[in-house]
Amino acid sequence: MSDLNTLEAEISAAIAGAETEAALEDVRVAALGKKGSVSEKMKTLGKMSPEERKEMGPALNGLKNRVADAINARKGVLKEAALEARLASEKVDVTQPLRLNPADEGRIHPVSQVVDELTAIFADMGFAVAEGPDVESDELNFTALNFPEGHPAREMHDTFFFNEKEDGERKLLRTHTSPVQIRTMRSQQPPLRVIMPGRTYRCDSDQTHTPMFHQLEGLVIDKSAHMGHLKGTLEEFLKAFFEVDNVVLRFRPSFFPFTEPSMEVDVQCDRSGAEVKIGEGRDWMEILGCGMVHPNVLRNCGLDPDEYQGFAWGIGIDRLAMLKYGMNDLRAFFDADVRWLKHYGFRPLDMPTLLGGLSD
Amino acid sequence: MKFTLSWLKDHLDTTASLDEILEKLTMIGLEVEEVNNPADKLGVFKIVHVLDAQPHPNADRLQVLKVDTGEGEPLQVVCGAPNARKGLKGVLGKPGDYVPGLDITLAIGKIRDVESYGMMASESELQLSDDHDGIIDLPEDAPIGVPFVEYAGLDDPVIEIGLTPNRPDCASIHGIARDLAAAGLGTLKAKDRPQIAAQGELPFEVKLELGDKPQDCPAFGYRLVRNVKNGPSPKWLQDRLTSIGLRPINILVDITNYMTFDQGRPLHVFDADKVAGDLVVTHHQGEAVEFKGLDDKSYKVEAGTLVIRDDNGVESLAGMLGGEASGCSDETANVIIEAALWDPLMVARTGRKLGVNSDARYRFERGVDPAYLAEGLDVATQMVLDMCGGEPTDARIAGEVPQPEHIIDFPLAEVKRLTGLDVSEAEIKATLTLLGFWVSGNGAVVKVATPSWRPDVHGKSDLVEEVVRIVGLDKLKSEALPRIHPVSEKVLTLGQIRRGKARRALATRGMLEAVTWSFIAKDQAEIFGGGGADLSLANPISSDMSEMRPSLLPGLMSASQRNADRGFADVALFEVGQTFADDSEKGQKMVAAGLRRGTAKLTGAARHWQGNAADVDVFDAKADAEAVLAAIGTPSDRLMVFTDAPSYYHPGRSGALKLGPKNTLAYFGEIHPKVLEQLDIEGPIVAFEVFVDAPPAPKKKATRSKGAMNATNLMPVRRDFAFLVDADVPAEKLLKAAKGADKALIAGVNLFDIYEGQGVPEGQRSLAIDVMLQPIKKTLSDEDIEAVSDKIVKSVAKATGGTLRR
Repeated sequence: MSDLNTLEAEISAAIAGAETEAALEDVRVAALGKKGSVSEKMKTLGKMSPEERKEMGPALNGLKNRVADAINARKGVLKEAALEARLASEKVDVTQPLRLNPADEGRIHPVSQVVDELTAIFADMGFAVAEGPDVESDELNFTALNFPEGHPAREMHDTFFFNEKEDGERKLLRTHTSPVQIRTMRSQQPPLRVIMPGRTYRCDSDQTHTPMFHQLEGLVIDKSAHMGHLKGTLEEFLKAFFEVDNVVLRFRPSFFPFTEPSMEVDVQCDRSGAEVKIGEGRDWMEILGCGMVHPNVLRNCGLDPDEYQGFAWGIGIDRLAMLKYGMNDLRAFFDADVRWLKHYGFRPLDMPTLLGGLSD
Repeated sequence: MKFTLSWLKDHLDTTASLDEILEKLTMIGLEVEEVNNPADKLGVFKIVHVLDAQPHPNADRLQVLKVDTGEGEPLQVVCGAPNARKGLKGVLGKPGDYVPGLDITLAIGKIRDVESYGMMASESELQLSDDHDGIIDLPEDAPIGVPFVEYAGLDDPVIEIGLTPNRPDCASIHGIARDLAAAGLGTLKAKDRPQIAAQGELPFEVKLELGDKPQDCPAFGYRLVRNVKNGPSPKWLQDRLTSIGLRPINILVDITNYMTFDQGRPLHVFDADKVAGDLVVTHHQGEAVEFKGLDDKSYKVEAGTLVIRDDNGVESLAGMLGGEASGCSDETANVIIEAALWDPLMVARTGRKLGVNSDARYRFERGVDPAYLAEGLDVATQMVLDMCGGEPTDARIAGEVPQPEHIIDFPLAEVKRLTGLDVSEAEIKATLTLLGFWVSGNGAVVKVATPSWRPDVHGKSDLVEEVVRIVGLDKLKSEALPRIHPVSEKVLTLGQIRRGKARRALATRGMLEAVTWSFIAKDQAEIFGGGGADLSLANPISSDMSEMRPSLLPGLMSASQRNADRGFADVALFEVGQTFADDSEKGQKMVAAGLRRGTAKLTGAARHWQGNAADVDVFDAKADAEAVLAAIGTPSDRLMVFTDAPSYYHPGRSGALKLGPKNTLAYFGEIHPKVLEQLDIEGPIVAFEVFVDAPPAPKKKATRSKGAMNATNLMPVRRDFAFLVDADVPAEKLLKAAKGADKALIAGVNLFDIYEGQGVPEGQRSLAIDVMLQPIKKTLSDEDIEAVSDKIVKSVAKATGGTLRR
């Protein structure tokens, strides 16, 4: 029996001494393999007397099982150690910076974003979005809008003209989006609620005037829309757009050929700082022009001014963007300076909605 | 339109404060643009007496003055004005005083070693006029020590209003006073029309020879005043004119300017002794002639221009400007006073053409009150008689003063209909009456006659405006528009939706949206297929912005170069906007276009530890174009790729995406190196243009259901093939042939390797694909797979001549 004890002690020492899974396998083969030390002992059982076998059988089986368990236990320890070593060797520096996600780098131009904001507001009030061409006829840009031929009011618009054609027609770049009012009234039946965003052009250039700019006009035609509705509509629109609790408007009489009565609208604001703050303060700032659609304009579109009535307004989209988002130079809008576009532009997934807040 | 508070009070009896008047002016539509009281800036300057003037010891042109300021010791002042002299009464600024015309604050100075304790001021230094020829030279009786503004009547706020073109009546101070009176700020002062006792006969006549345009001058009133004594105007008249920035000339001329502002009645005075024969109002005929105006400028009078002429030639540009030849000077002894009516359109047209900007034009092109013609002539005559003496003849009128009778049937309910305001009938009527309208009748509809000075009032809505602007727009009550739909409807058009999606799709690809000018330079337009005469501006703001753009690319390319010049070379820009093929509505197309420059790839630009970005290539642009098309509803598997892109693209590295040969949806490619060179732009630049309205509108679906998903549990099988094809065989052709070999079984074909070089014959390339076979009913047997493989090889061979690479 003592040699079994010796054998077990030797094998145990070998298991404990195996530093790798391969070495452990060698130990296993040496002990439990076909010609292993334990297996060899097992083979001797057949030649033993029944008495001897009765004693040695359980002892050998016990030895075999204990060796197998010890090997498995050692295997577990070695595997764990190997994994730890691998993990330690696989370590990387996770502070290494990555390239930016393209969607985080791209930007939407403020003019587009503001048009989306305006569309969200007015769509909720039942307004559709109408458009028309930039190259317009004199008829639609002026005459149908009650600018009489040769009237000084035409001079107020520094118009870009194209060369006169053989048939005497002279096209122009629209000076306002109002031709779209005519197109809408001539092609659709009231009740009408439309906004008309778009590019407009005047020969003018300084810090606050560029030869191309963006305008948003609004038009409501039905049988009952009056100046009270106009005031209410503009108040709600400006409140929603500037995302303030309150706006105070001041209407002043003015003149536009296509509206009667005509008004300019000032918004109360605070101009004491570098940026204008709408919704607070005691200053006034002119923000838009508006009025009741002139009876002649309605007639020019085949509508009876005694039956139909309505209002229209026009406001600068670029100017709205400047007031809300703090740009101070209109010319930069059209310069495509990537620093400006990244600073003032909007992330592509920040789609303005009323339910999520226009600019939150 | 400028006036002073005191001049306004000549016409308006009011106790209102300046602030109340300013506020009211703005609120009734006469927007106050500027208020300026000269006394605020000039109050410190006082009248002084020059006691002595000695030559400066060290400078020939300077003098050293001893100046009595009315208090304390006389001051020593160095002065360089040629008119500085002993005994002069002038205006002094002392150390510490701010001089607005020089934008400096005075200090004790030392000029060529002589100390100076002040500055004798000129009119230009006080911003009273442009006169800087000498210092102010006041009459001998000017009181020493009195503030100059007080003496000169300058302590009077000057108010400038921005007059809208529809209000000729308020191009007169009298008219402004009428509006303010109607708005409750006092009462309008009425003046009696003077009675002129005629003496003597008119030795000449004014003839209207207007041919077929009698409307150009309906009436011409005139009168001769003999034996006048002209000269400088009295101080009150000079002060009135200088206060609003006009320069006094002489009494006769000053009266015409005074009447222009006071009554909005432009007049002209001819020196009768310089007029030869009759005055004829007629359109100039024949050769163009030079005309020297009273404004010292020369004008070229062409045939057709309405003029007043005599035997000497053109004496006046009708309604705009008198001539120097027959103008009135201090020596004028006999004067012809003209009060005429001119057609507003004629004046506007001629004035614009000749570039005349006169106070007369300003009023005539807006419309001068015809009914005041005769009275205005009498008022002016009386002023001449009062200040110059003389004997007036009878007034005559050539032509006829029109007496338009304009009566509007005005339903009083119109005010409520258009404004929503409740204004009582009495208030409506009273307001209109105060503005000079005649209201007659009782009941729901009254008759309203418009006054002769309101040519802008045509109909009911004009009357509503008159009522609300006086009643006050501050009374408007906000009202919400009624909702049409309980839940807002879809309002955007397909095109608008597509443009929005294109924008956000490109921005998610790391591109920055730009907005560039709709007009570009001619050479740029021509390179990109534009530059036609119909899209060339007649009056561009500069030659760089003269043609409507045929493509968005030139603007974006210039922008990329500007950014590169600022140190940002790797830029990805796009724009969604209009291009112009011709001047018709259909010629305007919406395009989503963009470019990538340098290494501005989708995955990032420039160097990076994970891998440096290579230069952009045609496939970057193709990817952008396909991304836009996918976003707007045209997935790439429906597209056909052609190689016929426009000539501004690299011929071998560009393409067109189409639905069928005729419907081009997009172009993409590298920009042609020659184009870069012509436009002086550095590459590499790849670009794309997507015609967002070109893809057909999606068919209306009966249901929004996406249908059931047909997925099988059977495993797909992949097989690889490599084909040798001629190098010019398009990959797309091979892929289509492979995919079409068995439409039921082949679920996808992927090109995973392209190889040319060793092992591949010259002129050929190897295209390697993996084909995914998706069994539907049963697992594929080796025989099934073999059969499909065979079909694929045959189909590719047939379509491309390609052979399986062994």
